[in-house]
Amino acid sequence: MVLRVVLPMLTGVVLAVALVGCGTGERASVISIDGSSTVFPVSAVIAELYQSQYSDAAIEVRYSGTGGGLKKFCRGELDISNASRPISTRELEEAKKHQIQFLELPVCFDALTVVIHPDNTWAEKMTVEQLRAIWSPESEENQIRRWSDINPDWPEKEFILFGPGTDSGTFDYFTEAINGKGGRSRKDFTASEDDNVLVAGVRGNLTAIGYFGFAFYETNRDKLKAVAVRDKDKSEYVLPSQEAILKGTYTPLSRPLFIYVNYNALQRKAELQRFVDFYLNNVSQACEIVKYVPLPESAYKLVRQRFAEQRTGTAFGGHPAVGTSIDDILKRELK
Amino acid sequence: MDDLNRLIARRRRQDLIFGAFGLVCTMLGIATLVILLVDLVMDGLPRLNWAFLTSANSIIDPEKAGILIPLVDSLLIMLVTAAAAVPLGVAAGVYLEEYARKNWLTTFIELNISNLAAVPSILYGLLSLGLLLYYLNLHQLGITGADQRWPLGPRGSLAAAGITLALLVLPIVIVATREALRSIPLTIREAAYALGATRWQVVWHHLLPYSSGGIATGIIIGLSRAIGETAPLVTIGAAGFWLVLPPSPIQSAPPFLSFAWLLEPFSAMPIQIFTWTQDARPEFRVNAAAAAVVLIVMTLSLNAVAIVLRYRLRRRINW
Repeated sequence: MVLRVVLPMLTGVVLAVALVGCGTGERASVISIDGSSTVFPVSAVIAELYQSQYSDAAIEVRYSGTGGGLKKFCRGELDISNASRPISTRELEEAKKHQIQFLELPVCFDALTVVIHPDNTWAEKMTVEQLRAIWSPESEENQIRRWSDINPDWPEKEFILFGPGTDSGTFDYFTEAINGKGGRSRKDFTASEDDNVLVAGVRGNLTAIGYFGFAFYETNRDKLKAVAVRDKDKSEYVLPSQEAILKGTYTPLSRPLFIYVNYNALQRKAELQRFVDFYLNNVSQACEIVKYVPLPESAYKLVRQRFAEQRTGTAFGGHPAVGTSIDDILKRELK
Repeated sequence: MDDLNRLIARRRRQDLIFGAFGLVCTMLGIATLVILLVDLVMDGLPRLNWAFLTSANSIIDPEKAGILIPLVDSLLIMLVTAAAAVPLGVAAGVYLEEYARKNWLTTFIELNISNLAAVPSILYGLLSLGLLLYYLNLHQLGITGADQRWPLGPRGSLAAAGITLALLVLPIVIVATREALRSIPLTIREAAYALGATRWQVVWHHLLPYSSGGIATGIIIGLSRAIGETAPLVTIGAAGFWLVLPPSPIQSAPPFLSFAWLLEPFSAMPIQIFTWTQDARPEFRVNAAAAAVVLIVMTLSLNAVAIVLRYRLRRRINW
């Protein structure tokens, strides 16, 4: 009797699925992409564009974070890993152990944007030293909690901190650029992997300050105010913008985003070659759609050249190059 | 006499106050659900149409994005879950209730089953990742080493997702089966045994038919919990962006049934909703709300089926 009840239901589901399920005959090859959730939209847009033109590959795009993606990538489980920071020394060792060679391809820019409440009038401009005074672990030890602790002219109110979770490449890069070492940060901030939570948090607190990727600021301009940042040894405060990022003046918080392509898989699968080629030819259009900042055309030329010559290795040696221009990065020797 | 009346009036008042308090508590739960639903429907209304249900996802144009693939994948995952959890769960329930001797081992197992029902779902995902994918290499099932189609190494699939959720549902099915069996009067068993029936005949001809209502309810409640699970699916590698329908389980040529779909990469309704809420562009939040409405409707209709089943099957039994 259990069967008499459940069986028709199951048959119903099978039939319904069979009716819509159209996949018959030869199935396309699967291209697996995982990694940074910041790069996810770019890769997903490319995947959609590619599959609307070619049917030789089914592309799955996941987002388990830069760290999670590179971990799988270095064990050879992925074709492409999205990354919002360069591959680390530890990950390089892991890749070597599993005999995974890879191509490191910068695909676009992101600018970490420091945001405050729209009615906050005192902190519209900040120096990197001031940002460090807010975010460094020493400040937590020294009980620095109020805006007036940073600058005596600022109000005597506690700041409320919002930032991405410690697993994200965004956190790694921000801490590297501001506190000098990836992962070094004070811990008494509200961390969320969901950027919408950070937006809501900063928007709801006059004394809040937080940071996340440029695209989220771009789509929430009406709700938040971006902080103009002055780098060490610079005289100007620079707001994050497409032009500033492209000109390379928004330092130290603009960073390149990468895809890492599995060289072994590249040799094995013709459709992966075609997909990566398609990626590099369409990535600036994809950036426009998801409001990311494309690299300058000269840089894309170098990236395409690197891909055409299938040159493997990383230009970073395990550390993000804070403040280095993209052209310099691309001209470095690969190791 | 006056004293007594006053006392009665006071007790009545207390009764009334507690009644009102209980009602408020009940309404609080219902009101939350209603507010949630109304809010979602209002947010998602512009996208709730046939095209939304029957088109694939798009990350370029939110207006063109649909939930066909996560919808189909979620249903297929439920199919695998039911196929794995129902026989196992019912058999385990019958064994524990009718066959097993009561000793410290069965007590220990029973205790563990009750505890399993309360384990956070992400742990089932981690278990599956380690056991099914990295240890048993489920993804290599029926695939020859030279197959060029797949990336190397463990990866999630519809089968892995279904089995993971089956582990989650299993304790619910076992407990429901045992409860249903326990509610059958002992006299039925005694009568059957008295007529010389074997234990298997008692179970198959009497106990299972009489308890089918309760068992089916348990199965459906379990499935309706599983269909909304996100964490375990993320752990075993659900795709955030995936545009391909699995190959149909039914083929036009012999042998007519195909199991190729079991190894496909997958998306799922809760994963799709989560992915859309993560997008920087606010238009996608409308899609997320609309998809959430669809998911809630799926869950509620599963629950409705459970209620109807229980009612109808119970009416048919007369002892």
